[in-house]
Amino acid sequence: MNNDALLEVDNLHVSFSTYGGEVKAVRGVSLRLHRGETLAIVGESGCGKSVTARSIMRLLPKNNSRITEGSIRFNGRELTRLSEKQMRDVRGSDIAIIFQDAMTALNPTMMIGEQLMEGVIRHQRLSRTEARKRAVEMLQFVGIRDPELRLKQHLHQFSGGMRQRIMIAMAAICSPAVLIADEPTTALDVTIQAQILDLFRMLQRTTQASLIMITHDLGVVASIADRVNVMYAGQVVESAPVKELFRNPQHPYTRGLLDSIPRLDRPRGAKLDAIPGTPPDLFAPPKGCAFAARCPHAMEVCGLFPPDSVKLDGEHTVACWLQDARARTMPPQGPAQVETASASQG
Amino acid sequence: MAQYILKRFLSMLVTLWLIVTVTFFLMHSIPGSPFDRDGKEASAAVVQNMMSFYHLDKPLGVQYLLYLKSLLTFDLGPSISHYPTTVNTMIDRGFPVSFQLGAAAILLAIAAGIALGTVAALKQNGIIDYIAMVLAVIGIAVPSFVIAPLLIKYVAVKWGLLPVASWGTWKHVVLPAFALSVGPIATIARLTRANLIEVLTQDYMETARSKGLSPARMIIKHALRNAVLPVVTLLGALLANVLTGSFVIEKIFAIPGMGKYFVDGINNRDYAVIMGTTVFYSALLIFMMFIVDIVYGFIDPRIKLHRKGA
Ligand SMILES: Nc1ncnc2c1ncn2[C@@H]1O[C@H](COP(=O)(O)OP(=O)(O)OP(=O)(O)O)[C@@H](O)[C@H]1O
Ligand code: SF4
Ligand SMILES: [Mg+2]
Repeated sequence: MNNDALLEVDNLHVSFSTYGGEVKAVRGVSLRLHRGETLAIVGESGCGKSVTARSIMRLLPKNNSRITEGSIRFNGRELTRLSEKQMRDVRGSDIAIIFQDAMTALNPTMMIGEQLMEGVIRHQRLSRTEARKRAVEMLQFVGIRDPELRLKQHLHQFSGGMRQRIMIAMAAICSPAVLIADEPTTALDVTIQAQILDLFRMLQRTTQASLIMITHDLGVVASIADRVNVMYAGQVVESAPVKELFRNPQHPYTRGLLDSIPRLDRPRGAKLDAIPGTPPDLFAPPKGCAFAARCPHAMEVCGLFPPDSVKLDGEHTVACWLQDARARTMPPQGPAQVETASASQG
Repeated sequence: MAQYILKRFLSMLVTLWLIVTVTFFLMHSIPGSPFDRDGKEASAAVVQNMMSFYHLDKPLGVQYLLYLKSLLTFDLGPSISHYPTTVNTMIDRGFPVSFQLGAAAILLAIAAGIALGTVAALKQNGIIDYIAMVLAVIGIAVPSFVIAPLLIKYVAVKWGLLPVASWGTWKHVVLPAFALSVGPIATIARLTRANLIEVLTQDYMETARSKGLSPARMIIKHALRNAVLPVVTLLGALLANVLTGSFVIEKIFAIPGMGKYFVDGINNRDYAVIMGTTVFYSALLIFMMFIVDIVYGFIDPRIKLHRKGA
């Protein structure tokens, strides 16, 4: 199964140099994406979701960020070693990204049509007439009426939902094999969110593109993902098929996330901020498990050594000491251990 | 839109009327008359004739109304010091020359200013940026009438690269146009640099990059337009700057433009010429600002003229 992965990220480490020191934003992330599959990445704000996404497209600011370790392979090709020029042929053509806020992510003074067309003109060497035809098709596809007229309009003439549809049309226009959507529905209200998710599903059905859906929202995960990577403090702490994850969450952080959903009244739109405490400082990440300071099951070992990623049945992996055979024999843990763990972080 | 334009047009007329009125009364409040020349005293009878010919013997209020009346027919009257040449003729002769100079200066300012600002922004905090911005500060601080004599002394006289003190070929335009445009170049360069640096950090630039566009296309197609838009709003002030600056520059370079007539007019206390050139340039400036406004509405799709006017 691993061999036919379209996109494989292995042990990715990304740092930013800032005035305060080096921020280790991504610390050993691995992920696999198969053809036609939707992988969701969830986790609290600041856990490194966007940095991971931007690293895959090598979009991070050149002057202060660095991929310090790891590999990113697309179709067997190592992206981390490509030159900027080679990378330009990949961007938008093989892998495309949809940003959260289309209002700022689209150019306010350029006609929508121009912005849609420039990608295909660049990558598929279409003439302007052909490109315009393609742009009209894409607008129709994402559900925008009067596409011919709309091509000549500007950003401010569209509603929020329409803008996100345009953003999606723009990313999909070159039929990329991988689409990355970085919180594409967060800025929208609930009914529009549902429509945009439907659009993603339809897009995938027709184009067979693989999708990485980055989100805060477990409702979005449940409704669209095939597999889920749960991230915490720059690491993937648990990865599983979506049903398995909801039915049988193993990592205490994942359980915390799932418990924080108000189940009956608002399954969608639930925000992942209900776990007490705050994530660790990424300038000096803890040497043991990053979640130890907030974990209700923390043990002494958690503060001392990082847990290895353990493979359970099927596609389910977890990085937690509770999976260690020795931990299963230990008595249930109390809050006292939490203090031990945070104390040992220094 | 049409309503907005009409409204702006009416307010233009009112502005122009105010300028005419203020200039008229200010000018007449300056002591002295066109006919007291040092040395040669004209005879009392001649002066009396002249005064009545130019209506200067009438009460000021009447003179003012008479002036407004002739303005309505675009008649700026005969010159006092160069009779029978009319002010309209002076404008016919002088303005094309001044226009060439002004247009060259403005085009140069826009082209060089944007280019300099862009290079500075792209090499932000590099040595080129540093040099460009030091030059810009100097360009803003040093007035054109200081730069002009230096240009004449070195470029024209010492190195003999370009001609001065005459008018005719494009070579004569270069130095005065450059002297006039130094300040505006500096202003535009600074504005362009600041805007472009800001624009480069915008989200849509990352989007452009994520589409695989080349840096050149990103800058030309996505960044520059947004960075240069605010420069358009500066054009009105820029024009005023160039127009007024050209009076002095024309005098220094001995260019037979409007500036020469205006300065002579002041020296001779030639009311008709002073009024005429002032009215003409005010009208021109107000009209250009109006055009700039409308053009801005067209190139920046976010600005809706009709909304502003409603
Ligand atoms: N350009 C940057 N310079 C310095 N630090 C950065 C930069 N971009 C991101 N970071 C840091 O990297 C960490 C991860 O950020 P990232 O944007 O990936 O979070 P996220 O998971 O996408 O969060 P959110 O849900 O809020 O979007 C954060 O701690 C952030 O401070
Ligand atoms: S490794 Fe320890 S601290 Fe970390 S999540 Fe597992 S039990 Fe909690
Ligand atoms: Mg993010």
